[in-house]
Amino acid sequence: MFSILKARIQQKHRTIAYPDGPPPELPERFAGRPVVQAGRCDSGCRKCAESCPVGAVALSDADSPRIDLGRCLFCRACAKACPNQAIVFGRAHHLAAAEREDLIVRAGSANEASCRHALAAKLFSRSLKLRQVSAGGCNACEADSNVLTTLAWDIGRFGIQFVASPRHADGLLITGPVTENMRLAVKKTYDAVPAPKIVIAVGACAISGGPYADHPEQHNGAASVLPVDLYIPGCPPHPLTILEGLLRLLGRK
Amino acid sequence: MYADTSASVRNGQIIDWSDPPETSLGQFRRMVIEGVGDGARLSALFAEPERSSEAFRLTAVLAWPEENALSVVSCPIGRSYQSLTPECPAAGWFEREIAEQWGIHPQSHPWLKPIRFQPPHCGEGGGPLARRAIGLADFFRLEGEEVHEVAVGPVHAGVIEPGHFRFQCHGETVYHLEISLGYQHRGIERALRGGPDRRTRHYFETLAGDTTIGHATAYCRAVEALGGVHPSARAESIVAIAAELERIANHIGDLGALAGDVGFLPTMSYCGRIRGDVLNATAMLCGNRFGRGLAVPGGVDFDIDAALAQEVLHRLDSIERDAVSAIELLFDAPSVMARFEGVGAVSEQSARAIGLVGVAARASGVPCDVRHEFPYGIYQFTQMPICTWHSGDCFARAYVRWLEVQQSLAFVRERLRSLPPGDLNRNVSELRANQCVVSLTEGWRGEICHVAITDDRGRFRAYKVVDPSFHNWFGLACALRGQQISDFPLCNKSFNLSYCGHDL
Ligand code: SF4
Repeated sequence: MFSILKARIQQKHRTIAYPDGPPPELPERFAGRPVVQAGRCDSGCRKCAESCPVGAVALSDADSPRIDLGRCLFCRACAKACPNQAIVFGRAHHLAAAEREDLIVRAGSANEASCRHALAAKLFSRSLKLRQVSAGGCNACEADSNVLTTLAWDIGRFGIQFVASPRHADGLLITGPVTENMRLAVKKTYDAVPAPKIVIAVGACAISGGPYADHPEQHNGAASVLPVDLYIPGCPPHPLTILEGLLRLLGRK
Repeated sequence: MYADTSASVRNGQIIDWSDPPETSLGQFRRMVIEGVGDGARLSALFAEPERSSEAFRLTAVLAWPEENALSVVSCPIGRSYQSLTPECPAAGWFEREIAEQWGIHPQSHPWLKPIRFQPPHCGEGGGPLARRAIGLADFFRLEGEEVHEVAVGPVHAGVIEPGHFRFQCHGETVYHLEISLGYQHRGIERALRGGPDRRTRHYFETLAGDTTIGHATAYCRAVEALGGVHPSARAESIVAIAAELERIANHIGDLGALAGDVGFLPTMSYCGRIRGDVLNATAMLCGNRFGRGLAVPGGVDFDIDAALAQEVLHRLDSIERDAVSAIELLFDAPSVMARFEGVGAVSEQSARAIGLVGVAARASGVPCDVRHEFPYGIYQFTQMPICTWHSGDCFARAYVRWLEVQQSLAFVRERLRSLPPGDLNRNVSELRANQCVVSLTEGWRGEICHVAITDDRGRFRAYKVVDPSFHNWFGLACALRGQQISDFPLCNKSFNLSYCGHDL
């Protein structure tokens, strides 16, 4: 007993102050929201698009690239390839969006997309029970979702909880590209969740297939089988990015 | 070892594959079966189609720990051959994989069934295993009065990857557990062929996401060997620092989860948070908590300067203080030890027979560790003693983790204090044609084996990946024999194997 108390004192109080206080500081080398500068491209240059492993960079705008955060792995190959710093990855962590199109970052994009969800804000803002389903996820998105339940993040504070049964859930949090071998299980789990329900896609795989995009063994993300209400980009997204997206979805931030 | 009919190489040394050393099937079988009997590990066993004919080539990698040597043995086969599994159980899952991927029939395999329910690499149809929807297989069944079956998954209760488990029980006692996987199959080995390309590195970084550095390192070392490039000692040190941080983070996380599974909440809560602190230390190195983007062929993409080294060292001090307090609490609690000790034991004999690797093998008293036996990178210049325990139970698997956490902490500190000078990245441009290389690393779960074979143009003709989980899932099934079914979560966590690493 005494040793337990001693350890308790040693371990201190660790829950972050966010969202009432400032968010925890992200490391200097962290790759967050990219910023695209207009008018810097050399004519005919395609270096960024050609360096991207997943085809997330498009050059359809006149004088600047656009980046699909839903596909992006945040590897920064495009930024490195660009001779004119037309793409710069900042440290901003707010990447989530309710609409798939809002994940496209171009020159002059707003630096935050809307995550508002009328139903979620009305029904679940003080209690959201989620069933997590990994459908080909590599265990990084799973780990950084699960870490929100540890005492540093403590999403229990917001009434958010991961539950064991889909019958107890208000929605699903999907990770992974939805492999062919998990497609049926994902659908059945969704069907088992009582309506009204929401779906949250976490990570590049769940949004677009990520590094596995267009493999015949998978389905390019959760939207191929379910209606998605919130997209949280990253490979994997930082826990802060996930938390921030959830709080905005619920209208708590 | 068999110098005349096989290639004997070191970890990461290339073999000319334009005229691969080959032998007859009879001799191949003898070499593998006797080799494993004589103390070699079967690190890989796979088939690939021959270049110029309908036939296939069966290749085995035998790792000889005493000699620090790898034998690569191969033989031509047709659509069927005499299975090795009856005499060499460690070949069991490999041969199921060969049957599923290529439609080759390992005759008299005792338990031939799908392993990932994946589409075959070579068109549809044929072969011993008809293609079927996932999970449709003949499961082993116990018959008799009051016998019952419990089926769990693919979707489990926690935030965890999918897999299917079938328990054959009598009352509370598990007589047999069958593990059926494949739900995470993303087609990685298929997609690797024809590479390397822009995506290749990302496959390895996400193959088993909690082992990003482990697999990325194995890949980089394979490609460096094929490209004739040696990274600097500085780059190798930085990769090793990240690899050990990966080990520390996962082991601490597992110790916390094991505490949670027996309801010991203090250690569970503390370790969950401390694991995060270790991941944050990795993120200081490269921006990503899992180490993505750090290791690249030819070296690393990020340096550690003196200030950063200081900062990481500083953080390690508090990580260690907190970890010692949280984990000693766990091992000092009699109520926890009563739940850990004697549960889920795997004997040394079984561990050797089924070919366990990594933490699970070391916890059963098998001294195996690639860093020590087949040292690569900076481990060639430092001693990593092997941490073992003898009891083979959940306690042993927990305790070996704690020993390794302490060892890795000391290692990282030492490396951070004495980073050698050197360039960061020596680019690998072209890979040599028609070569084969075996690259072993010690991931936090155990031995990772990559075998890359190039074609005439220096592209991957075949790339075999063996995650430690592939060797160890059967160990979990063995550990459950005669146990209470309520001890499954604890036993499962004590192995904590990767689903996606197995499913590829
Ligand atoms: S950072 Fe994203 S957009 Fe840029 S190259 Fe990498 S994956 Fe493509």
